[in-house]
Amino acid sequence: MKKELIQDAELVSSYIKGDEKALSILIQRHKQKIYSFIYSKVYDRDITEDIFQDTFIKVIKTLKLGKYNEEGKFLPWVMRIAHNLVIDHFRKNSRMPKFSNTGEFSIFSVLSDSSLNAEKSLIKDQVESDVRRIIEELPEDQKQVLVMRMYQDMSFKEISERTGVSINTALGRMRYALINMRKVIDQNNIVLTN
Amino acid sequence: MAKIYSNASPKNDNLKPKDETISFLLNYSKALSVINYNKLKFEALLN
Repeated sequence: MKKELIQDAELVSSYIKGDEKALSILIQRHKQKIYSFIYSKVYDRDITEDIFQDTFIKVIKTLKLGKYNEEGKFLPWVMRIAHNLVIDHFRKNSRMPKFSNTGEFSIFSVLSDSSLNAEKSLIKDQVESDVRRIIEELPEDQKQVLVMRMYQDMSFKEISERTGVSINTALGRMRYALINMRKVIDQNNIVLTN
Repeated sequence: MAKIYSNASPKNDNLKPKDETISFLLNYSKALSVINYNKLKFEALLN
């Protein structure tokens, strides 16, 4: 194991010096590990091929630009690049959902079911009740402004008229309400995401 | 003896990149040259 690490480092340094063959050996040596790693995340041959290629393009650029400085840790470094590219791939895909083409047209690939499943709706209820409990902790004047703005959808002008304070005061109370809520969330390590 | 009810997952030994991908990468590496100019580095693809 140690021997191979030293060899990797040697190959990397001779590749940086211009020995193209060293790169070929490095790719041959690690291609299977890297390829299977990517495949185990994306489960698609073509995407795996693309990410594998992008990984090594990045490796080649970094080495040629002389920015590589992790001698002896070639494989973990390449794996990390592959891992980041896999994450990029999923990020891109969640922004642009892919339509799977199975040959026949399916209306469900165009229409999505926006209603939440049982688990997500439970989490949503939990988050909403947590938020309400935190609001209950706020000082009365801040709570009043926040409830009017967020739950009753009133403008700050309406809030100021209703509560008899200036718009600036209402804005300030809203600001402090949010600051205080964040403080409570941080102090109690409350997770408000689903 | 404990019975194992799960099937062994099929081994896929074929998990390796296509030869074209490898040869593309090697050619890309040969074609890419980095030009140093003062403290700036330029990448150039010489195909």
